[in-house]
Amino acid sequence: MIELVSQERCIGCSICVKVCPTNVFDMQDGQLVIARQEDCQTCFMCEAYCPVDALYVAPYADRSVEVSEEALLHQGMLGSWRAEIGWTTGSQTTMAARDTTPFFEQFTKTHRPKES
Amino acid sequence: MAIQEQAQHLKTDVLVIGGGPAGTWAAVTAAAKGARVVLADKGYCGSSGATAPSGTGVWYVKPDERLREEAKASRYDMGGRLAEHRWMNRVLDRTYANMNQLAGWGYPFPLDDEGNQHRRSLQGPEYMRLMRKVVRKAGVTILDHSPALELLADEHGVGGAAGVNTQTGIPWTVEAGAVVIATGGCAFLSKALGCNVLTGDGYLMAAEAGANLSGMEFSNAYAICPTFSSVTKTAYYSYASFYYEDGTIVEGAGSKRGRSVIARNLMEGRQVYAVLDQAPEHLKPLLRVGQTNFFLPFDRRGIDPFTDPFPVTLRLEGTVRGTGGIRLADEFCATDVPGLYAAGDAATRELICGGFTGGGSHNAAWAMSSGSFAGEGAAAYVKKLGAHDGSRNLERKSTQPIVEEGKGSVKPSRAAEWVQAVQDEVKPYDRNLFRTGEVMTQSLNRLNGLWNEQREQAIEHTVDGVKAREAAAMTATARWMYTSALARTESRGMHKRSDFAGMDDNQHYRLITGGLDQLWVRPEQVRKEVVVH
Ligand SMILES: Cc1cc2nc3c(=O)[nH]c(=O)nc-3n(C[C@H](O)[C@H](O)[C@H](O)COP(=O)(O)OP(=O)(O)OC[C@H]3O[C@@H](n4cnc5c(N)ncnc54)[C@H](O)[C@@H]3O)c2cc1C
Ligand code: SF4
Ligand code: SF4
Repeated sequence: MIELVSQERCIGCSICVKVCPTNVFDMQDGQLVIARQEDCQTCFMCEAYCPVDALYVAPYADRSVEVSEEALLHQGMLGSWRAEIGWTTGSQTTMAARDTTPFFEQFTKTHRPKES
Repeated sequence: MAIQEQAQHLKTDVLVIGGGPAGTWAAVTAAAKGARVVLADKGYCGSSGATAPSGTGVWYVKPDERLREEAKASRYDMGGRLAEHRWMNRVLDRTYANMNQLAGWGYPFPLDDEGNQHRRSLQGPEYMRLMRKVVRKAGVTILDHSPALELLADEHGVGGAAGVNTQTGIPWTVEAGAVVIATGGCAFLSKALGCNVLTGDGYLMAAEAGANLSGMEFSNAYAICPTFSSVTKTAYYSYASFYYEDGTIVEGAGSKRGRSVIARNLMEGRQVYAVLDQAPEHLKPLLRVGQTNFFLPFDRRGIDPFTDPFPVTLRLEGTVRGTGGIRLADEFCATDVPGLYAAGDAATRELICGGFTGGGSHNAAWAMSSGSFAGEGAAAYVKKLGAHDGSRNLERKSTQPIVEEGKGSVKPSRAAEWVQAVQDEVKPYDRNLFRTGEVMTQSLNRLNGLWNEQREQAIEHTVDGVKAREAAAMTATARWMYTSALARTESRGMHKRSDFAGMDDNQHYRLITGGLDQLWVRPEQVRKEVVVH
């Protein structure tokens, strides 16, 4: 679930309010708030779209957990998903273009273990 | 009048409800045929739905006779031979054309060894961001955060829809010559990846306008997933071994047929753990980049899924990776009601994969091709409609009265209880995965009782009102599901009856269902085909 808005980083652009499919965020007096955390579907889309890597979605789907901004920063977690899919400004290539499915498919044709 | 000023009212040729792959392809295709198009999405067109956060393998097969025959045969028997060759041919052709079109629009397909684009899979964020761009360029008006709550219709057929913008609270109405339902499937708010916007709304709205459903017994797809996570990506579990807590192996467990072994253990309270320890070393880097989001939850918890055992569960995906949905009456995805079209997971996918899951390639192909068929069909219908257009007397079709803010009769806490009540009937493996007549009859009776309560309640134009309406759609979906599943006294495709284990040749037909208060179900013969060699 969505756990963190870094107030230090957030520029109040409202993009996450727009793109969140389940309408979790609100803008209140120019400040972004997580208004309906229980509606979060843990889809990571807000992180992909936030232009300044201010959001963190924890991997737990069914429960809320404590997170520390400092620790997440230290672990390089803020913005890691946007970087992974190649949406960070200045990225050389996107996840789509790096997609290894062609090699994977060729490989599995010969090596895939039998399904039980 | 204040209320009038507060409401948004639009007139258009084609209204598309839902902005996932099916809806965006429908919108672009209808616009290319000269129709004015409005697209309304419950979330945000571009990030909402089952495709956007993950990505899909696509049934993309070069037009080579041998390859095509193999592709068609791949799920034909597993699907209980309910698919039709002429539909498979059309979908393969259209998917091939649409994937090539995506390359033309600039989708960054990866290059293979020889430098050719490899067009067999689509990454969700990239694909859907591109589709939004293309839809806007085509001049389509997009309404985001605008769930449709009901259809509008008169004696000529469907002529629009009404809903509310959940961010502004402003109700909207769109009058249209034709409506395409592309609202996706129903995953019963199970939090499977991207699926919590998919609550069966389109099935209910269509049925309220008189449409029928098909294959609703094939609606119990469950996906393997780390217990803690939402990421229901399943392909890589073919590289997994499954263990008990004490490290002994779970015999027979697997990602495809072995799912039932996992389910039985979980039912008996024995946690099952997975490790992708069958993946050869040099394959690991390829796996990582093929489906990056598979690794995202592990990375965030510091788990290495190739070496560290992690607990797994089976998360319900309902009709999303099932195949049931709105019955189609012609090859342009018309429903049984004039002016109403259906595409993607909202429509039945039995036509191309019978009763076996459409996940992994078929559903994505179906979404883009049925979307374009429906867009063409709807645009042509509007052209024909021509003169009638101005003089329509449209009625609201919702069973539940839809009223302004403050006038509703459902407490938010009650709506949440409804959701829980439906989930209690559809999530448990001993009800919905291993099916028996006795247990399903009990569930159906309780769901009928729930519907009787819900149908009387007024739904208001608020976030909570939308949730109450979703609960009603989930109830209706579950009732059609069990009504069809009870009528099919055999096991076929993903529909497994513990009390009727084998496939019965006398039931080689599709099941059509419908109705709101009184449900009905009847068999429909699979079209006999002359196979030309
Ligand atoms: C994790 C996962 C992996 C998958 N992988 C594959 C794969 O590899 N290959 C494959 O073929 N298939 C795969 N599938 C299935 C595939 O994602 C779907 O078949 C496909 O997304 C269907 O497209 P759609 O447009 O019909 O529905 P969706 O993409 O689900 O879009 C439906 C849209 O309708 C909107 N909506 C819902 N209700 C309303 C309403 N009342 N009013 C307005 N809008 C509404 C939603 O917000 C959403 O945007 C996968 C599914 C999941 C969950
Ligand atoms: S993870 Fe998805 S549902 Fe949750 S806040 Fe972000 S965009 Fe919204
Ligand atoms: S997208 Fe990022 S910067 Fe913009 S409002 Fe949301 S958190 Fe703040």
